[in-house]
Amino acid sequence: MSTIYLDHNASTPVRPEVAAAMHQALRDLGANPSSAHREGQRVRAAVERAREQAAALVGASPRELVFVSGGTEGDHLAIVGSAWAQRQRGQHVAYAAIEHHAVHGAAEVLERLGWHHSVLPSDPNGLTPPDSVNDLPAGTTVLALMLANNETGVVQPVAALAARARARGMRVVCDAVQGAGKIPVDVDALGVDYLVFSAHKFSGPKGSGVLVVRGGAPLEPLFRGSAHEHGLRGGTENVPGIVGLGVAAELAARELSTEGARLLELRKRFEAGLKRSVPDVVVHGAAAPRLPNTVNASFPGARSDHMLLALDARGLAASAGAACASGGVEPSPVLSAMGVPRELAVCAIRFSLGRTTSEEDVARALAIVSEAVDAVRARPGQRPGIVT
Amino acid sequence: MTPLRVLAAMSGGVDSAVAAALLAEQGHDVTGVTLRLACYGKTPLSPRACCTLDAIDDARRVALKMSFPYHIVDAEQVFRERVMMPWVEGYASGRTLYPCASCNQHLKFGDLVTRMELARADRLATGHYARVREHTDGTWGLHRAADAAKDQSYALALIPYAVLSRVLFPLGDLPKSDVRAHAQRLGLSVWDKPESQDLCFVPDGDYAGYITGSLGETRGTAPGAFVDGRGARVGTHRGVIHYTVGQRKGLGVATPERLYVLAIDAEANTVTLGPRAALERTGLVTGRVNWLLPAPPAAGTHVTARIRYNHAGAPATLDPREDGGVAVRFDEPQLAVTPGQLAVLYDGDRCLGGGEIRKDLDTTRDP
Repeated sequence: MSTIYLDHNASTPVRPEVAAAMHQALRDLGANPSSAHREGQRVRAAVERAREQAAALVGASPRELVFVSGGTEGDHLAIVGSAWAQRQRGQHVAYAAIEHHAVHGAAEVLERLGWHHSVLPSDPNGLTPPDSVNDLPAGTTVLALMLANNETGVVQPVAALAARARARGMRVVCDAVQGAGKIPVDVDALGVDYLVFSAHKFSGPKGSGVLVVRGGAPLEPLFRGSAHEHGLRGGTENVPGIVGLGVAAELAARELSTEGARLLELRKRFEAGLKRSVPDVVVHGAAAPRLPNTVNASFPGARSDHMLLALDARGLAASAGAACASGGVEPSPVLSAMGVPRELAVCAIRFSLGRTTSEEDVARALAIVSEAVDAVRARPGQRPGIVT
Repeated sequence: MTPLRVLAAMSGGVDSAVAAALLAEQGHDVTGVTLRLACYGKTPLSPRACCTLDAIDDARRVALKMSFPYHIVDAEQVFRERVMMPWVEGYASGRTLYPCASCNQHLKFGDLVTRMELARADRLATGHYARVREHTDGTWGLHRAADAAKDQSYALALIPYAVLSRVLFPLGDLPKSDVRAHAQRLGLSVWDKPESQDLCFVPDGDYAGYITGSLGETRGTAPGAFVDGRGARVGTHRGVIHYTVGQRKGLGVATPERLYVLAIDAEANTVTLGPRAALERTGLVTGRVNWLLPAPPAAGTHVTARIRYNHAGAPATLDPREDGGVAVRFDEPQLAVTPGQLAVLYDGDRCLGGGEIRKDLDTTRDP
């Protein structure tokens, strides 16, 4: 029995074209792209080719791209680097309540250096209200906003938020890690100063990502000592990772509309099936625009740790909408920010479809979910009085 | 061999790791599970504490090494309600409970055993040193481990009879040294991990300090009178929570003869002290007994009774009571019958069941 993989928001399998390009890079591109000799120049050419491919995915100019190790580094470089570069203007940053841990982490770095931060609320649909930007204190220099939420898939009104923030003199960081490669992304239309994305979310390799720095946006590097990436990110380039990212970006851009439509169709079918087999299922963020691949659903009374065990035992890979390192069932901060009651939030499971998901996978997944919910809810031998 | 689907409870320690690993090595379809209890992951505890992040990492590493799936299941609420709070209640009311038995009863062989269907498992395995056997009459029995020094049947006396046919104790036939050798042979990183000695959630052994400090309990903490057997005051105690029947150390009373705690009366806030000989009791009465038999034994049945974990056991006669408890009459008087501890009854190496000690048979007054 092969496992059905519905955890593409966590990571995606590398597609064969990408693996082939990376294999070739590992085999043939052994020199350092900074070296002056022609071997070095060959490697540099591959890196620059990837830069063009990656830039095209988000409508940026290749000169605006900084290759980084992924979303976490991109978020840190953008938020910390921008805040440092603007320290004369203020020591306050802001981000949305539903941001990824990577953004919280970057804000924590700044906090240790004396910065303060504000958090924008979420509405019950998982959207960050654009007018909330008006409540940010004067002297806020950086606002970090995700394009699409990793847990709910809810696509944020980034353009509206960014316009208000920029009108107030803030620089805007957009964490587009879950959006890029899944939905059309255009940095101009978003009106943001920095944009982050990561290859492994769209069939590229792990450990390879991009920070787009729009023309003129201030940024101080975190990794210093050498002049790689226009002096914004020291360190010899991860050439196979960058090559893989480029190919994955090009393929994702080419297939964006057909694949997006296909996934949306599958997702609708999946959600309809969930509602048929588990009538009291609650889909989070259902009223908001969402990524075509993401379903975050609570099955009341079926706690997520039990569900994950039951799903895994039946060959379905998904994620808990809530999980901390120690495995304790705590409601996800994202669902909490949306006002989802605790007893519902601890029952959230995230299913995220992807390129390899077939119609048959969806049908099998529905049967498995239904069986798992039954197994978790049925407690033979349970003594009365224990509510868990 | 038909491979079984096994849910293996893993604490992060070497015993449960080897139990799970041996089953996987034998070709069974193992899923590892760590129950996250109340030992909070973020506070660094001693390496002996279970359920810490380190313990979860250790268990996960074993699962990765042996290539079987591993999950963490949260059981904090059940643990708090069914194990920890009753234990605290006990201390506050002068009884010394044995929480490992109620943990086995309510967590592994209670909550988890009802969730075996999650993993579609046929059996629940743990690293306990005990044996389960199907007898010729079709009944199932819990038996002492082959290694008497390691036997943990006492701690399993409260598990439901009905689960015996569904549990596996792969270590029941092995000496501890073999377990470490297996761990080393299988390349498990936990092979030299220290053994847990104390309650998992109070690894430093300071129960009173934990109950009053970490849990903020105030009952049982008021100083009161140490009295002798006739009720005369002989000193001042620090609060009943600090004492247990049979205790000799830390009483802080200077007398020519060695004194022991004979009884604790939380209501009167007195702790009775006396000489060792005064600890002798001829029998005890338990609360409701959990029988590991299809039906309770007849009155007059001769058994071996163990009245605490380290008690070798004493010959005794049973007299079942209407309330589901049992009166246990020792052939020879035994020292320190401690309310709250378990009386666990054996026929040879078969564990017949156990119940919480309510009172001894010599003190007329009900505690």
